[in-house]
Amino acid sequence: MTTVAATTIKARQRPGDRIFSSATLIAGSLILAVLAAVAIFLLVESLPAFVADPAEFSGDTTNFWSYVGPLIFGTIYAAILALIMAVPVAIGIALFISHFAPRRLAQGLGYLIDLLAAVPSVVFGLWGIGVLAPLVQPFYTNLVDWFGWFAPFAGPVSGTGRTIFTVAIVLAVMILPIITAICREIFLQTPLLHEEAALALGATRWEMIRMAVLPFGLPGIISASMLGLGRALGETMAVAMVLSPSREVIFQLLTSQNSNTIASNIALNFPEANGVGVNILLATGLMLFVVTLIVNMLARAIINSRKAFSGAN
Amino acid sequence: MTSVLDATPLTNSLTAGKLPRRSSLWILLASWAVSAAFFAMLFLSGNVDGFNIVGTVVFGTVLYCVAIYVLSRLVEGSRKAKDRLMTALVTAAFVIALLPLVSIVYTTVVNGLPAFLTPTFFTSSQRNVVGAGGGVLHAIIGTLMVTGMATLISVPIGLLASIYLVEYGRGRLARAITFFVDVMTGIPSIVAGLFAFALFALLFDDPGIRFGFGGSIALSVLMIPVVVRSSEEMLKLVPNELREAAFALGVPKWLTILKVVLPTSIAGIVTGVMLSIARVIGETAPLLIIAGFTSSMNYDLFGERMMTLPVFVYTQYANQGADSQAFIDRAWAGALTLIVIVMVLNGLARLIAHWFSPKLGR
Repeated sequence: MTTVAATTIKARQRPGDRIFSSATLIAGSLILAVLAAVAIFLLVESLPAFVADPAEFSGDTTNFWSYVGPLIFGTIYAAILALIMAVPVAIGIALFISHFAPRRLAQGLGYLIDLLAAVPSVVFGLWGIGVLAPLVQPFYTNLVDWFGWFAPFAGPVSGTGRTIFTVAIVLAVMILPIITAICREIFLQTPLLHEEAALALGATRWEMIRMAVLPFGLPGIISASMLGLGRALGETMAVAMVLSPSREVIFQLLTSQNSNTIASNIALNFPEANGVGVNILLATGLMLFVVTLIVNMLARAIINSRKAFSGAN
Repeated sequence: MTSVLDATPLTNSLTAGKLPRRSSLWILLASWAVSAAFFAMLFLSGNVDGFNIVGTVVFGTVLYCVAIYVLSRLVEGSRKAKDRLMTALVTAAFVIALLPLVSIVYTTVVNGLPAFLTPTFFTSSQRNVVGAGGGVLHAIIGTLMVTGMATLISVPIGLLASIYLVEYGRGRLARAITFFVDVMTGIPSIVAGLFAFALFALLFDDPGIRFGFGGSIALSVLMIPVVVRSSEEMLKLVPNELREAAFALGVPKWLTILKVVLPTSIAGIVTGVMLSIARVIGETAPLLIIAGFTSSMNYDLFGERMMTLPVFVYTQYANQGADSQAFIDRAWAGALTLIVIVMVLNGLARLIAHWFSPKLGR
């Protein structure tokens, strides 16, 4: 592998150069090795789960796939609900910072949103259960009373507000900063000439944004949403603290029975797990790793392909 | 509302067909006043207890959106009206995002201060504490040791890798590293914890392994990509002329990097490292998995369970004892400590970036 670095250095080779360049090369390759190690060790440790005795699974599930199925459903359901709430708001914030706010304030306002990303997830969990859930519970009662005929809002309503809908709100707040940050970067890269041309033709600011900024930023918005999706899929503590979980596939948003997510299920059960139970939880973790890896790779591939022909860099 | 209507007879032809200046501000205030009046009437009628401030602001803002759209459509036409409506909505989106931030900081301070200010909070552990009292010293020590070790592991690897990407890397390996570093930033934190657990459970053949160093490894997996990304950005900012000048003087490449490139970008790199520490110091899930929890002091990274601040907050909340209020108070106080640490790290990082950043150009 050292030949890669050696061929690129045209100057006379000194010992210091050789040591330094191979040190950097090793560090770089180590990162790839770590990623591979994560996959390999998780796989090795989860193998016993796939052939586990049916008695090892709690509840009425008899094999690994029927155990992990509802968890995968819950993970994706909560993440997509969060995404639906977060993306429009994030686009709005990004537009506000990049095109509406006064130039002097824009950077400071960006920091303010970034602060939201700095709040630890346990604090979001405490806030979700201590502040948000009691706050939204009366609305849930009204929703079930008025729109109970609509399947997702069917009753009986949760008395505590600890539903998958509350979880989705908390997750939406948590993924707002990353979606906003990427959208903001992309919107700022819009060629100035496109914007000025639109304005010169008499477009209002919103028309300029719709004609110049949004079409240019669309791939960026898509990949930012997918990165946000990746975050929401893997978020653990906020879900573990807020959700009142069950083991089934449940579409209702506002009842006290909710499908748990993979990450939260691991966090809740890992401290007490033993024997094959540990391997089963590790195997669900492997599933989560694979899902988020695919989502993230797709998102990054879209961003990178955009970089090539945007001409902005 | 009357001031708007009074201003409508326009004399200047250049401003004809436009709403007067600052009219949107007046309409906003008028909408809030109308909605406040509505909720005040509701309050005075005795049907609800307490004046609903949140309802006033929300209802008033919705009213403003409708009013500005209708008025602007009547005076300025549909295109301008749409523009004004979208401006209102985009601004509202920004304000909506600030609400949770304000609410979180406010509730954490209010709920956390009582236990935060007890004299034993920073001087004792939870050992043999069943009711109120006790402290977080064991958790703070644990957090500092675990995060410190993670920093010691991640910074050299991350910095060297970013030097490789900027100064040496060409071709497929460099592209692969860049791509997978980006992918790694999206690894769920709990998966990093499971990885550390699987690694050490296999290495030491102990299916119930819990120790602090494992937590450091898990945090490093999360921290390395962040360090690489931020350092890479900073190294790229170093002007090529500096490198070329050093080469022209006959300085070897590795010395150029050590003595010219790194000193120029050190402020940015330190900022990036501090931001990455701020990011991992609040991680709960991986430490819950591999570092476990305890109520006693533990100064040994390589043996026994080790408490950390985020896990302290979680366990105080999740395993409440008989005197549940004492546990909830401690959870909030722990959260307050955590937020203070993270905010201080963030603030320091920004200040360092601001003070020591190289003055490029002009």
